[in-house]
Amino acid sequence: MSTLNKTSRRDFIKITSLTSGGLVLGFSWFGTEAAPVILNKASLAGDVNFNSYLSIATDGTITVFSPNPELGQNVMTSFPMIVAEELDADWSKVKAVQAPLDKKFDRQLTGGSGAIPHSWKRLRTAGATARYLLIAAAAKKWNVDPGECTTANSFVLHSKTGNKLSYGELAEEASKITVPADVPLKNRKDFKIIGSSVKNVENKNIATGKGMFGLDFYREGMVYAMIQRPTAFGTKIKSVDDAAAKAMPGIIDVITFKNNVAVVGKSTWEVMKARKVLKVEYEKDGNIESTAGHNQLFISMLNSDKPTERRKDGDVETAFKSAAKVITSEYQCPFLPHSPMEPMNFFADVRADEVELIGATQTPGSARTAVSKLLNIPEEKISVTITRLGGGFGRRLKFDFVTEAAELSSILKKPVKLIWSKEDDMTGGSYRPAVRYRFEAALDASGNLIGYKLRGAGINVGNSTRENNFPSGAVDNLLIETVDHQSPITTGAWRAPVTNFLAFAEQSFIDEVAMAAGKDPVQFRLDLLQKARTTPVGAINYNIDRMETVIKTAAEKSGWGTKKGVSQGFSVYFSHQSYVAQVGEVVMKDGKPVLKKVYAVSDCGEVINKSGALQQVMGAIVDGYGHAMYGKLSFKDGAPEQTNFHNYRMIRMKEIPEVEAYFIDNGIDPTGLGEPALPPTGGAVANAIFKATGIRLKQQPFIDEKLFNPA
Amino acid sequence: MAAFTLQINGKEYKTDVAADTPLLWVLRDHLGLVGTKYGCGIAQCGACTVHIDGNPVRSCTLPVSAIKSAKVTTIEGLSKNGDHPVQLAWDEVDVPQCGYCQAGQIMTAAALLKRNPKPTQQQIEDAMHGNLCRCGAYHRIREAIQSASKKL
Repeated sequence: MSTLNKTSRRDFIKITSLTSGGLVLGFSWFGTEAAPVILNKASLAGDVNFNSYLSIATDGTITVFSPNPELGQNVMTSFPMIVAEELDADWSKVKAVQAPLDKKFDRQLTGGSGAIPHSWKRLRTAGATARYLLIAAAAKKWNVDPGECTTANSFVLHSKTGNKLSYGELAEEASKITVPADVPLKNRKDFKIIGSSVKNVENKNIATGKGMFGLDFYREGMVYAMIQRPTAFGTKIKSVDDAAAKAMPGIIDVITFKNNVAVVGKSTWEVMKARKVLKVEYEKDGNIESTAGHNQLFISMLNSDKPTERRKDGDVETAFKSAAKVITSEYQCPFLPHSPMEPMNFFADVRADEVELIGATQTPGSARTAVSKLLNIPEEKISVTITRLGGGFGRRLKFDFVTEAAELSSILKKPVKLIWSKEDDMTGGSYRPAVRYRFEAALDASGNLIGYKLRGAGINVGNSTRENNFPSGAVDNLLIETVDHQSPITTGAWRAPVTNFLAFAEQSFIDEVAMAAGKDPVQFRLDLLQKARTTPVGAINYNIDRMETVIKTAAEKSGWGTKKGVSQGFSVYFSHQSYVAQVGEVVMKDGKPVLKKVYAVSDCGEVINKSGALQQVMGAIVDGYGHAMYGKLSFKDGAPEQTNFHNYRMIRMKEIPEVEAYFIDNGIDPTGLGEPALPPTGGAVANAIFKATGIRLKQQPFIDEKLFNPA
Repeated sequence: MAAFTLQINGKEYKTDVAADTPLLWVLRDHLGLVGTKYGCGIAQCGACTVHIDGNPVRSCTLPVSAIKSAKVTTIEGLSKNGDHPVQLAWDEVDVPQCGYCQAGQIMTAAALLKRNPKPTQQQIEDAMHGNLCRCGAYHRIREAIQSASKKL
């Protein structure tokens, strides 16, 4: 075993409390092959190589440390399920504990639908190793061959003698046995817990209002702070008159730092009130942009002679010249705020010798690094405790609210709870970028797709395409380009970055091309996949068979092309290594289309928790539909025109479609599911609306389109 | 500042705050009852829902001075052991994703079932219209209310 990190005093205390009895296995997250090690007091005295723990106490309680922040993706439940499966544990005795930030953890973040694929083999190996040790301990005690022993429900059994011992009874003895180099993992046909429906382990705490979120954290002596930031992007502070605010009851101080005016007080409400009497003037410090200006800008960007080439196959120019038919179409989406229900907030206590950071973050490691740089304090002296997150959707990948809290605490020399109001959240930036796409397709006389062009024009998005995604690989002549505009309006990752809108645009356009080719939309997609299979062109980053399977299954489950009384629309998308096909069903009511149902077929490999997987799919469809239908953040003179839920519309219960979800059971190692079911939804809905009305929706939000606003 | 005596979850609480302080912040900052959530502060999302004499009310816009002797119930006081039929249904149906809005959803649902133990789907959707769930857990919220209703 190699040495990675010296155990800090803090770690030592934590682990010794775990090792008061029983078996504690440390396992590494760095390599899938690394074998777990037994942790005991002796080994902890020196350097140790582990970065997560699985402990079995003498009372039979099994604890798994979960390094990834929990924001509703349900990792606190699915991680221990994987361990418990290989361990043959009694599920009722298993609990997950949120681990604090620790450099020993590799990839301690929540984003990119990556936690489960990253941890799958590591967690299984940890569980299987513990099981091996428990069996060995029992066999030794009974003086029998370990091969004759079996396990079930947290017991080791020896059927010949009828012997039976619980894991708790064996834990101490198991901790004295040498850890094997490798242990066999279960055959998936023997899975009992993986693939079943297990309820969220935090349900009871959530349903009884336990204080588990960042905003709920309180410490005696802390002060409350809110920050007035520039109301428009591209401006800076010109002058601050804080006299009236300082004179308000409960106000401790008003501090201006960088472009921020922080009001600090004894309670949230007093701070909110004082903020209203702040007089801050701003002046121009960059481009002052508006949605109307962006609309013009997009046109010139799409006609730019300096695009960035992302992918080029064959001879596009000749293909378009020789085409029997050319189809051109443009699609546009607005900026979107993330709108997690829990506004940004963080607790920071900067003391001379150490810094404590506590709250809801998707990226505790990056937050710590940023605070370390900002305050010039070594990372070793900064601890981060991760609370449950009241939603993230990508917003909490940024850590501006963490550095703000730390800077304020450093200035005030007090523990600070920094709170963003909902208005701060919505107007404070880091949005899903606004993008406009131009698609062009060339068809030959037989309706074959011989040329394909995509140009993405985005604002602070970088690459607004996914150049190796479908239909790349299936078209001989293809050109994918982007043009990006640098704006003072800040952007960031938003659930299923780029694909959350690209998929709608692309899948709508594929339908337009299928129609022009006179082909059924499902068959047209299958034909393209067949072309990619038989005569592939360039790099293909999707699996043709898996995409074909979800398409065929969705068509079959939805009765594609056979239903009367509803208009169906098809969509399929590959993102975060998973495949999701959806069929939207629309009916007309009072002259307007209404989405009644969405069929979803997902291939995310092995489904860990059926209930959790269904939640992710149903939620993603509601999210994808809701934002396509209603979501819009527009700008005037550099300032967002929507500021809170009264003028920013979110989908509500009576607006949701019925969802019928299926999963492909193929036993492939699991891939992400927090995001992949969102991208296809907009396309499935728009294609169904086209079928119902003959109107092609090309702009989000749909609700602003004429179809929903007849004169 | 003014002194207020509040009846919350069957107990008497004393607090000394400005008269316009919303009940939400009295609960959270002054009384340590953090189960009631701050979402929007303008009564649009429902995360802060509590019961005032049994009726669902947005605590983020309700000044503490308006409460007087009314009985306040928060998520912490909805049941003694977390076993109100709606709370049990939330686990049975496995509703929560991030969980932040759920206290408000549960309080609105409990108030609905109290005045209408057998609501239709339409009545559930009408009653729950003011509660946002950003995770989109609406299917299961609705199902849990229907499940709780069957057991009442």
